[in-house]
Amino acid sequence: MNYNWDWGILFRDPYAGWILAGLGWTLALSLLAWTIAFSLGTLLGIFRTSSSALLRGIGTVYVELFRNIPLLVQLFLWYFVFPELLPDEAGRWVKRDMPYPAFTTAFIAIGLYTASRVCEQVRSGIEAVGVGQRQAGRAIGMTEPQVFRHVLLPNAFRIVIPPLTSEFLTIFKNSSLALTIGVVELTAMTRQIEEYTFQGFEAFTAATIVYSTVTFTVMLLMRVVERRTALPGTLSAAKA
Amino acid sequence: MTDLDFSVIGANADLLWDGMQMTLLLTVLGIVGGILLGTVLAMLRIARVPVLAQVAALYVNFFRSLPLILVIFWLFFLVPLILGRPVGAFSSVLVAFVMFEAAYYSEIIRAGINSVRPGQMAAARAIGMSYGQSMREVVLPQAFRAMTPILLTQAIVLFQDTALVYVVGLRDFLVSAEIVANRDQRLVEMFLFVALVYFVMSFAASCGVRILQRRLAT
Repeated sequence: MNYNWDWGILFRDPYAGWILAGLGWTLALSLLAWTIAFSLGTLLGIFRTSSSALLRGIGTVYVELFRNIPLLVQLFLWYFVFPELLPDEAGRWVKRDMPYPAFTTAFIAIGLYTASRVCEQVRSGIEAVGVGQRQAGRAIGMTEPQVFRHVLLPNAFRIVIPPLTSEFLTIFKNSSLALTIGVVELTAMTRQIEEYTFQGFEAFTAATIVYSTVTFTVMLLMRVVERRTALPGTLSAAKA
Repeated sequence: MTDLDFSVIGANADLLWDGMQMTLLLTVLGIVGGILLGTVLAMLRIARVPVLAQVAALYVNFFRSLPLILVIFWLFFLVPLILGRPVGAFSSVLVAFVMFEAAYYSEIIRAGINSVRPGQMAAARAIGMSYGQSMREVVLPQAFRAMTPILLTQAIVLFQDTALVYVVGLRDFLVSAEIVANRDQRLVEMFLFVALVYFVMSFAASCGVRILQRRLAT
């Protein structure tokens, strides 16, 4: 193997700054996308477990649609196709005039995609709480929204913390797809360093370490949260 | 709003079909390679082989913390460097898929093996089978039967993941469609078509998995 090592490159101007800026974009993308995925996913999870056939139908169609098209293709649909289907004015705004068009499109697209996955986790959490709790809530005179608000969701969220953590980490990793529409996030930055300096080894190692560190930190943090919020009488509480 | 003209699809059917064949080839080879390597990783951890079990665990957790695109870039850069000569995008991308997917497959397979009751292993050993024989003849067949639906679901995920070869320009279905789209100025039609094809294939496959799951359960 013929290769000139130069680890110093990672700490030299401008490359050190590039990596930090890339991480900044990656984190911003992930957090904004997560806000959409979590709120919409929860709403859809409620839809899929509600007593209304119409709401259940909407939830099912959404999940099947967004889960069965590759995220990359969805990204292209939002970025290249969606503005063309709008009236001229609005299309131009989405393509060019809205703030950070590529970045905004990317976090919305990733958020909408992940909402379908969050929905399935929330649904399984609500189902795990059980019919008994739901019936008990209704029996003491709560309306269905009240049952969700005070009985099902508080329990379900505590059950699904581990799968929701991995969904967040999936978003964190999937944010790298934004580079295909020109968002220069962490992976794109290190790729750029490789192309400028031919020090691919050092550049990709930097990205690898950053991704792993963030992932393992989030996992450790969430393990603490999980222990603190464990439902009494469940397996995760017994472990703690 | 532009006028849509879907005849561009028929006119380029050959090119698109070539792309789809590449996508399917990558999917199949990725599944086979991923399951083989994934089984080895899972076995090392279950048999508690000293040192190697820890290495396997590290491998799985490490790869699961990385974006697939980064892994694709890594191998696109590394494979030619290690071999000392340029190779096509196909081989480096395939290595990336196998290494990456193996981490996910190994977790599925490990859970599957762990779901086989320990009495099965004990019984096999008691009638004189070696550890390897008991695994191969008794435990693994039951484990694979139990995890078939999850393995297939992961295969659908892999099918969708192959679209990421876009970043190194390998001519899969998506890249072929993009080439046509840019050449004939038919971006909207081509991307809608691509989305529809992926949707129909993934949806049909996941319906198939659901039917299979119901049959295995009874």
